[in-house]
Amino acid sequence: MTTKPEMTASEIASAVAGRKMSALDATEAALARIKQHDTILNAFTDITADRARAKARAIDADIAAGKTVGPLAGVPFAVKNLFDVAGLATRAGSKINRDRAPATRDATLIERMEAAGAVLVGALNMGEYAYDFTGENVHDGPSRNPHDTTRMSGGSSGGSGSAVGGALVPIALGSDTNGSIRVPSSFCGIFGLKPTYGRLSRARSFPFVASLDHLGPFARSATDLALAYDAMQGPDADDAACTTTRGLEPTLPLLANPVSDLRIAIAGGYFQQNLFPEAVEAVSRVAKALGATRVVDVPEAARARAAAYVITTTEGASLHLDRLRKRPNDFDPAVRDRLIAGAMVPAPLVDRAQKFRRWYRTQLAEIFKSVDVLIAPATPCTAPKLGQINFNLGGVELPVRANIGIHTQPISFIGLPVVAVPVPLEPLPIGVQIIAAPWREDIALRVAYALEKMGVAAAPSAKGF
Amino acid sequence: MAEPLDDYIDAVTKALALPVEEAWRSSIRANLEVSLRLGRFVDEFALPDETEPAPVFTV
Repeated sequence: MTTKPEMTASEIASAVAGRKMSALDATEAALARIKQHDTILNAFTDITADRARAKARAIDADIAAGKTVGPLAGVPFAVKNLFDVAGLATRAGSKINRDRAPATRDATLIERMEAAGAVLVGALNMGEYAYDFTGENVHDGPSRNPHDTTRMSGGSSGGSGSAVGGALVPIALGSDTNGSIRVPSSFCGIFGLKPTYGRLSRARSFPFVASLDHLGPFARSATDLALAYDAMQGPDADDAACTTTRGLEPTLPLLANPVSDLRIAIAGGYFQQNLFPEAVEAVSRVAKALGATRVVDVPEAARARAAAYVITTTEGASLHLDRLRKRPNDFDPAVRDRLIAGAMVPAPLVDRAQKFRRWYRTQLAEIFKSVDVLIAPATPCTAPKLGQINFNLGGVELPVRANIGIHTQPISFIGLPVVAVPVPLEPLPIGVQIIAAPWREDIALRVAYALEKMGVAAAPSAKGF
Repeated sequence: MAEPLDDYIDAVTKALALPVEEAWRSSIRANLEVSLRLGRFVDEFALPDETEPAPVFTV
């Protein structure tokens, strides 16, 4: 059996486990696609070919010996380069971190993916230190949007979006502090899951904003997203924020359950403002398909975004303070200046932002007593041009970089689980957020799956890839 | 001409021992102005004295 570019992870795993395709063939196919297309997409910063082949051969040997293999057997995947990969310096999109000693152990989520049979093929480009919504990087060059390589992949997990959008790998992992999984998912036309804060371990990944950082998967189908997510769940003493109270809660068995019993509403007010027509159309299509007509106002969402901004810039500044002192000229100047400014924000404003956060969380908890799912735009627009500085949002000329995440920030601010589903508009796709109550990733994934089955959500093929 | 935040930037730069070069000042000032504007927006929202900050760690 030969591999097709867009074989899903579940198709590959099924073919490998059923001996219709070897794990090595699946791996070689991914490596060949990376070699062929990454000179254009620039999604990868490291390719771990030797390691991948060794892992694939081990899986094939297990299958030949009649051993049981995991649900991701032979599935190639790649990770944002802020994940520790044994033998590589964890660069986190920076120049400075390249001088770190190579990691001695993989990130927890890589270990779990590989325990399920997945095969790591490389590390992916990202915005410097994850302080980014564009996918651009002054050190490594921009990762490019596979649907139009003159456009942004979205950030900060830009390489993850580009690699999955261009079908170089069926699954990638990334991080999301303010939208860095959902924005690239939207621009690159793929599915992305930002789980509940504390659900998936962040151990041995390079942080950005400890109180806002999440890790999660990207895929070309809701089923693959659930497959990867289920493989990565579980407590981890190496991440202080990782839940110890929730057991494993597999979502795959629930994925095809009907959604007709769910109370689905459209996020109103703030979430219906500052949108390009494409974003309005995408939300409208999703709402119509789900029969959602109720509009729920999310109180003080603009202030939630402001508080997330303040917490981000100050915690980020604190993280990088020593590097700002010692190696300021080795940063992307734009990132450096944001971080230095963050170091100058008075502490009471940060404390008040954290207090506001708790108040805001209670408001959302109240909403989720009568609603199971909120629908909201993932980005205000389709992918902007690389290098684009400003756009006109709601009649006001605003900087692109700072405003791409205005609809994602108020959601991650309180750690709600979200699946970004791709709506395949022409000429460019755009994402919609399917937001659920804390710990109900199963519901968000179920709705994503239903939308995919209805044909409303789909990862469109990128022409030329 | 000195901008309103320049004295503050100079003071914090010294307090935190940050090596800020003159050429970076306008960009830092612009970023700080945004952060302060958004910080004040949050600040304007009245909260009870008893309000706890959001939790982070679970132990």
